[in-house]
Amino acid sequence: MANIFTSFLKNLTGQPQPDIESLVKSTENVTLVCKGCNSENSKHQLLRNNMICPQCGKYFRLGGKERIALLCDKKSNTDMFDNFESVDFLEFPGYAEKLEKSKKSTNEKDAVVCGTAKINGYEFAYFVMDSRFMMASMGSVLGEKITSIFEYATEKSLPVIGFTASGGARMQEGIVSLMQMAKVSGAVKRHSNAGNLYITVLTDPTTGGCTASFAMQGDIILAEPKALVGFAGRRVVEQTTKSKLPDNFQSAEFLLEHGFVDSIVQREKLRDTLSNILSIHSKKGGEA
Amino acid sequence: MTPYDKLKTARASTRPTGSAYVNEIFKDIIELHGDRRYGDDAAIYSGIGYLDDGIPATFIAIDKGTDLQSRIARNFGCPKPEGYRKALRLMKQAEKFHRPVICFVDTLGAFCGAEAEERGQGQAIAENILEMMGLNTPVITIVIGEGGSGGALALATADRVYMLENAVYSVISPEGCASILWKDSNKVADAAACLKITAADMREFRVIEGIITEDFDNFDKMCNSIRHQLKKDLKVLSAQSRDELLDNRYKRFRKIGFFNKIEND
Repeated sequence: MANIFTSFLKNLTGQPQPDIESLVKSTENVTLVCKGCNSENSKHQLLRNNMICPQCGKYFRLGGKERIALLCDKKSNTDMFDNFESVDFLEFPGYAEKLEKSKKSTNEKDAVVCGTAKINGYEFAYFVMDSRFMMASMGSVLGEKITSIFEYATEKSLPVIGFTASGGARMQEGIVSLMQMAKVSGAVKRHSNAGNLYITVLTDPTTGGCTASFAMQGDIILAEPKALVGFAGRRVVEQTTKSKLPDNFQSAEFLLEHGFVDSIVQREKLRDTLSNILSIHSKKGGEA
Repeated sequence: MTPYDKLKTARASTRPTGSAYVNEIFKDIIELHGDRRYGDDAAIYSGIGYLDDGIPATFIAIDKGTDLQSRIARNFGCPKPEGYRKALRLMKQAEKFHRPVICFVDTLGAFCGAEAEERGQGQAIAENILEMMGLNTPVITIVIGEGGSGGALALATADRVYMLENAVYSVISPEGCASILWKDSNKVADAAACLKITAADMREFRVIEGIITEDFDNFDKMCNSIRHQLKKDLKVLSAQSRDELLDNRYKRFRKIGFFNKIEND
């Protein structure tokens, strides 16, 4: 109710807000089963609730376009660097098939979408990783797109907001996938050296080479509640240490406790939080 | 040799470890310990010395140890976050005193333990890669045995990277790859072939600048020629301005990647 009331107020005052109804209209109303409580939910209902299960509060994973539509000002989004496709240059077993399957099921070309958008009028560049596409593993296309968006943001002095989710480097591209970590990091460094803001939002699951590069390079690192965030896989760690790990191991809460994220932000508060951070960085200290 | 043979050779316990190269190539060595934040990681042997008369340098070497006792002490060459943070501290120190940084990489990968996760293994590697991209002093890395994924890249975001002829460099261990791909960690040889992990492969992908011939029977001679190559590179790199150096390092990685670019109408 509160949400409807605030959006009604914002409508009255003419403040920008997300256009959730357009997103709902353009989305097929399938039934989704919550992995937390097995309840059945209509996709439209979930979209109106930030893709959070109304029964148990579990977060559904978001695709890039949904994330931007739910978060950003109406009609503020421009997609960028959408013209890259992965190639199976190592002729790696099963890669071509996996790519085709993911392309079909997600209707995307690869595991990240980039562009520019606004929150409460504050413009920024963004990348959103999509775990539905081959667990958002990081290959050449992802590296090229994220590097390009940082280069663009550096040129235009825009902040970057990155939503991370990844199973790690894309082994089907061998060493070239590992090099994407350095490639993106170079662009992050240039963006940073020019005095620009980089915010990362760690979403479920952020692991491996993603954690070991640009996910952890933000000036401000936020995380969604209960998101899995870590470097090594839980099973690998259990094998190494030969002991059972606590349930909250590698959760966003675990990282907060150990000092590796700035804040855990609930999805429904993310827009306001980001707006506030963007606002604070839009002025230099001491300016009136 | 098949890629799997190379993998076994790269891992052979008879191979010289990181400290052997440092002790042969450098003189007047002073080992420098600790990350000034948490502890000292013996998986990384690091310090300062002379590469040659009049060329002071910082060295950072992953060392696997040579016998059971030293292997345990060095955690089998799997660095923990404090190891990467020690390396970064020494790189920053090298930048301050205008010394080049020479790294020797030989690791299965960054340590995968609970305490490494608690202390931010991912963050430590991420910070190294980021800071190395802006480090205002030449960095040269040699992969002497195993170049295991992010744990290797954290010391290999460099101006020049070399590999020994039987060294390997991989995004994931072939065992890990086999178990994900075929649910069978015994298919290591197949995975090693699919992943393309040899020095010749790296040369083809332009991930390294050159391959160093192995001659462990004449280790002093071999190290002499490594020193010669390092000096040659440093002469070129040291002559570059800060902007040139960092620009070239950026471009070195910027160009790596294979994809189709679809022309929009």
